Amino acid sequence: MFNYFFFLYCAVVIVGTGLLAITMRNPVHSVLMVLVLFFHMAGLYLILNAEFLAAVQIIVYAGAILVLYLFVVFLVSIREELRMDRFVPSSWVGRIIAAGIAVSLISMLPAFKLGPKGRWPVERVVEVTHTKAIGMEMYSSYILPFEIAGLILLIAVIGGLVLAKHDDEASAK
Amino acid sequence: MIPLSWYMSLAAILFAIGVCGFLTRRNLIMMFLSIELMLNAVNLNMVAMSHYMESMRGQVFTFFIITVAAAEAAIGLGIAVTLYRSRKTVHVDEVNQLKG
Repeated sequence: MFNYFFFLYCAVVIVGTGLLAITMRNPVHSVLMVLVLFFHMAGLYLILNAEFLAAVQIIVYAGAILVLYLFVVFLVSIREELRMDRFVPSSWVGRIIAAGIAVSLISMLPAFKLGPKGRWPVERVVEVTHTKAIGMEMYSSYILPFEIAGLILLIAVIGGLVLAKHDDEASAK
Repeated sequence: MIPLSWYMSLAAILFAIGVCGFLTRRNLIMMFLSIELMLNAVNLNMVAMSHYMESMRGQVFTFFIITVAAAEAAIGLGIAVTLYRSRKTVHVDEVNQLKG
């Protein structure tokens, strides 16, 4: 019973803050709406018995990525968007495309059948805590993608350093 | 037990909201934020299906999606800052040097 109410609350807040995030003029307000959305996504992960993912979501998404967005918003010093000539003149094209995507995805749901079940029923995940369950699965079957993810993060760090360097050395030559 | 179709519908709606934000907002930062919304919709789908299929694959994949999203946000925002330094704008409609 509690699960139903919690899911409905999180769903309403997620959809509401999502709509507010894409329509607010001030980018700082949009980022704050997305922050609230991420917290409620973590809440949904909690009732799906994925507490490690909820913690990772809050730490990485809400704590690191959104702070990075806020830094860049302030660095770029965006004012409210003025009315200027747009590439595609009307916003209704985008809205109709998005509505079409939503309708076609939701209308295909009755034809969806789940595949064969795995080896991790909910009782087993709760008994060996979720962190250990993800660890057991990731470090045995998915160790190569784990290493590749580490390489991707290394590339991101190096790329960020290169992009942020000033051109003083180049212009001083 | 909450039916799986409720989670998938919520993920579909969130994905459509992300698409709408990406197509209507012409500001580079807002477009990247809409991409994060779309990635979160996919994450929700993966975790819900992993829960109902009693497997760990979806959640491990979600972990990697979060990692790659963090790396992509860092590089994308670095590109946005560099673009601002040279063009003094992040409005994508004004970056039209390649227009015929």
